[in-house]
Amino acid sequence: MKNPVYYKTKRITVNILIHIFLLTVAASCIFPLLWMVGSSLKTQSTIFSDMSLIPRQMHWDNYYWAWKEGGFGRYFINSIFYTTSVVIGIIIVSSLAAYAFSRLNFPGKNLFFYAFMAAMMIPIPGSFVPLYVLLNKLHLRNTQLGYILCMINVGLSTSIFLLKTFFDKMPRELEDAARIDGCSKFGIWWNVALPLAKPVLAVVVVFNALNVWNEYLLALLIFDSKHLMPLQVALMKFHGEYITQYHLLMAGLTIAALPIIIVYVLMQKYIVKGVTQGAIVG
Amino acid sequence: MKIKSTLENYLFVLPAVIIFSIFYIYPFMQVFLLGMSDWDGISVTKAFVGLTNFKEIMFSDPPWWQSMRQAGWITLVALIFQNALAFLLAWACDREIRLKNYYRLIFFLPPILSEVVVGLVWGWLLEGNYGLLNSWLANLGLSHLARSWLTDPKTALNCVAIVHCWKGFGWGFLIFLAGLQTIPRELYEAARVDGANSWSMFRKITIPLMIPVAILVSILTVLGTMQAFVLITAMTGGGPGYHTEVPVLRILASMRGSSRFGYACAQGIIFGVILIFISFIQYRFSKRSQAKGA
Repeated sequence: MKNPVYYKTKRITVNILIHIFLLTVAASCIFPLLWMVGSSLKTQSTIFSDMSLIPRQMHWDNYYWAWKEGGFGRYFINSIFYTTSVVIGIIIVSSLAAYAFSRLNFPGKNLFFYAFMAAMMIPIPGSFVPLYVLLNKLHLRNTQLGYILCMINVGLSTSIFLLKTFFDKMPRELEDAARIDGCSKFGIWWNVALPLAKPVLAVVVVFNALNVWNEYLLALLIFDSKHLMPLQVALMKFHGEYITQYHLLMAGLTIAALPIIIVYVLMQKYIVKGVTQGAIVG
Repeated sequence: MKIKSTLENYLFVLPAVIIFSIFYIYPFMQVFLLGMSDWDGISVTKAFVGLTNFKEIMFSDPPWWQSMRQAGWITLVALIFQNALAFLLAWACDREIRLKNYYRLIFFLPPILSEVVVGLVWGWLLEGNYGLLNSWLANLGLSHLARSWLTDPKTALNCVAIVHCWKGFGWGFLIFLAGLQTIPRELYEAARVDGANSWSMFRKITIPLMIPVAILVSILTVLGTMQAFVLITAMTGGGPGYHTEVPVLRILASMRGSSRFGYACAQGIIFGVILIFISFIQYRFSKRSQAKGA
């Protein structure tokens, strides 16, 4: 038998090695973001010469410039507007449908439900082509409404799935009580089902919000007018037009990344839950 | 009364069904119709050309198949490198260890950022003249290794692949960690009582129980990586030449660059069929390995 000291040293060494490994990877995750913020505080000339992470002189006015002249203020507000509208839309539309799929009966119910589920799994990489044509025909291209409706559609299937799974497990007693009290179906959906579904609604909100905020392809295809663009498309456009203005680009990127990071840190519980539940779907 | 109630039930699904039919089902059908036509996106008439588009893609579109190979290469790198890293990290975190929650918080930071942000930040780090990587190499006396990473055909694709892994490993990490945590601790304790060491416990308990999770993660990796393109747009735009082109970028180029809407749809169909085929094989594989395990 080896003595206890051997086992103790071995355990401590293993622990230290594991921490070194984890810390290295963690540092590689954070460093590019710190470099982004550091670069955003340099000037057009110091950004190419000053290789320190924290610049000697902080040029916070870059943010003022990016927000005002660079138009990022406008794009930021656009992104906020699209994100909130789409998330509200998805919550209402998908919770209505999920409640019906879980609790109500009507002919064709399963057919509809499986259609939604199939959409979640079948990849159709070229479908944005006819979608673009369709939006043109409906005069919805280059409109806010067109983008919002498309994005509601994108989040619909997964949200319906998550909410239906939740409603299926929800006890029926409260709904029965409400029905006896004379509550209508819509009343039950709004007053009983939705408030009870708060934990899963949080998952739906966080995931769709991240998805809309970060979306690029549809926004690229739908918007021609600069004043309607969300941040992601505007950032790419800015990068193409002012290829050497890295300090201002980095300020713009920070403006686009910061809200997401804050939401993530505050809501991470729901994100972890969503990833692990979403994984079970596949 | 009964009919009224059923109609009322339909009202619940109506908004979802309308949006879904217009923005999903209709484009889905149209892809197939357009795929068999020659159309510039503007003319009033579409010429029906049957399978001509498909024939052209199959036999005389080298950039398309190059893009497919390149997406395949990035996927291969992701499957091996990204998933191995994700699994190792999850395994390292699946124990009583300090700072565990902070590690988890940080590892999922890249996945929540947009591909545009990640692509442009990494593009700046890898920039040829003033990028940080080259400046570090110069400081270490290795300036002969410095190059413009993203415009050099030799390095561009691998740089894109590595950044893609950097952005994506957090997903696998979370799923692997959740999987590891479902393994009952009693199994390990029983094995320890029987005198098993850590390595044989890892091989005989952890690995077999994690195979279904690993297959799930690899299906998600393949579907996600093959279709990834925003990151590449932000880093290289598909260049230099066609060296970092991927299928979705080719579809976009057919549509916006050459105004060949029908051809773009045909490319989409071929790509979709290939993706479904790959996932199906992986799915069958997972069924078989599960049957073996049981």
